[in-house]
Amino acid sequence: MDAMERRETKMTRKAYYARKIKRATQLLFYKRHMKPGVKGWELKNALGSDYPKILKVLDNHLEKLDLQVKTVFEGEEPAGKPTLEELNRARFFVTLRGGLPSKDAKMMGWRIDDIAGLATAISCIISKRGKAPREEVEDMLRSKLPGWRVDMNLNRYIRSGYLAEDENNMLYLDWRTRAEVDQKALVDLLLGTET
Amino acid sequence: MSTKKKKLSSERLQRVIELCKSVEEQGVDPFAVDVDDIIATLQKYFPEWESTEELALDAEAVQYLASVIQNQGDWVKHRSTSLYTDPFLLEEKIQRLKKEELAALFTTVWSPIIELEQISIPSLAEALRYWNELVPISERWQKNGPLQVAAGATTWEELVRLKILAEKTFLEELEGFWKELKQKVGENEKIHYWDFVGADTYSETIDRAYMTSFLVTYGYATLELHPLEEEIFIKPFTKPRSELADRRMVSVPISVSHEEWMRWKEGRQR
Repeated sequence: MDAMERRETKMTRKAYYARKIKRATQLLFYKRHMKPGVKGWELKNALGSDYPKILKVLDNHLEKLDLQVKTVFEGEEPAGKPTLEELNRARFFVTLRGGLPSKDAKMMGWRIDDIAGLATAISCIISKRGKAPREEVEDMLRSKLPGWRVDMNLNRYIRSGYLAEDENNMLYLDWRTRAEVDQKALVDLLLGTET
Repeated sequence: MSTKKKKLSSERLQRVIELCKSVEEQGVDPFAVDVDDIIATLQKYFPEWESTEELALDAEAVQYLASVIQNQGDWVKHRSTSLYTDPFLLEEKIQRLKKEELAALFTTVWSPIIELEQISIPSLAEALRYWNELVPISERWQKNGPLQVAAGATTWEELVRLKILAEKTFLEELEGFWKELKQKVGENEKIHYWDFVGADTYSETIDRAYMTSFLVTYGYATLELHPLEEEIFIKPFTKPRSELADRRMVSVPISVSHEEWMRWKEGRQR
């Protein structure tokens, strides 16, 4: 293969990835279902079986914009490198890479009260091994929110996908918390605060 | 083993199941369950179980106990992870932090999802098609005047046929039903619920169950319940007892499902 042929092959491959990255961006940014994000198998159908590689390239591009491609696995996160099967069942989102100044959160329609309440509810559930009776979470929230807002806020967190509730009024962390919140960092930060 | 002793043993198993369920459903500490003691109890009772129901209860207790053990395993696993934290310590930290501090802390570990909502060209085209085909509001909201019908006379029979009027008043019908109950009971004082309510067709059975409920509510009869034998009897009064209405009433739900009616019918044919 001479130099020209090699250059042409390289150009074709570059064009191939550029096309695939554009498609991946459309799929990940635009909401197509009730829930945001795309399932691995949908990406596989649209981009081909090498979609993890395409997502990695896209993630590198997004880093400059302080964004990232986030993978949320079904159930627990695999200990080692995830298999293609696990990736196909996972859901992919684009999230902010770093944190968000709390004054900017206000612009997203969240009051300081709502964010403090969400932090309280999530940490309470984490400390109770991932599930806690709704009553206990409500009691905790009452220390941060006015009584009439407690029920309303909890329902809002459930509707948004941060928390889930079962028929026995037990609260769990739902898909949005897994996608958006670094749970370990949250616990570490809370425990590290000097009070 | 005597029936009484067996009953006590099965009640003990029920309590074990409830305790294990509370771990699963109410988040009770799984280590509050003394697994060794429960296993010893199950072992003690197991040789005495004979019927399918008793063995099923035993199996259920074992299944719930297994879920408690799994919960204990998860608890140990969670404690060994980096996410483990003492709930009381964390609660204390949260209580002491101000709302603003808590929100600021949370936003540093919070990376919200980026999502855009858009309308696509096909959706726009569909919306346009809908708009073009939409009938003007003046036509859609056009009010049709009431239909003019010439007034005429009707007969009592016609109203009965249209089911606007009943052939007999409800009370007349109820009293007829009460007489039938008294005849069927004869000298026995009471009759089995299904023997009175049951009829050749299911819809007729439902009608009879409905009327029977009024017999009891209006004080024409009473129900005698034998919960252990799962039997219900109806006892007619010789005179309606209106004073019952003033006393505190107790509702007794009785299932008259199609399956139960079939079972009763098959039993009667045998």
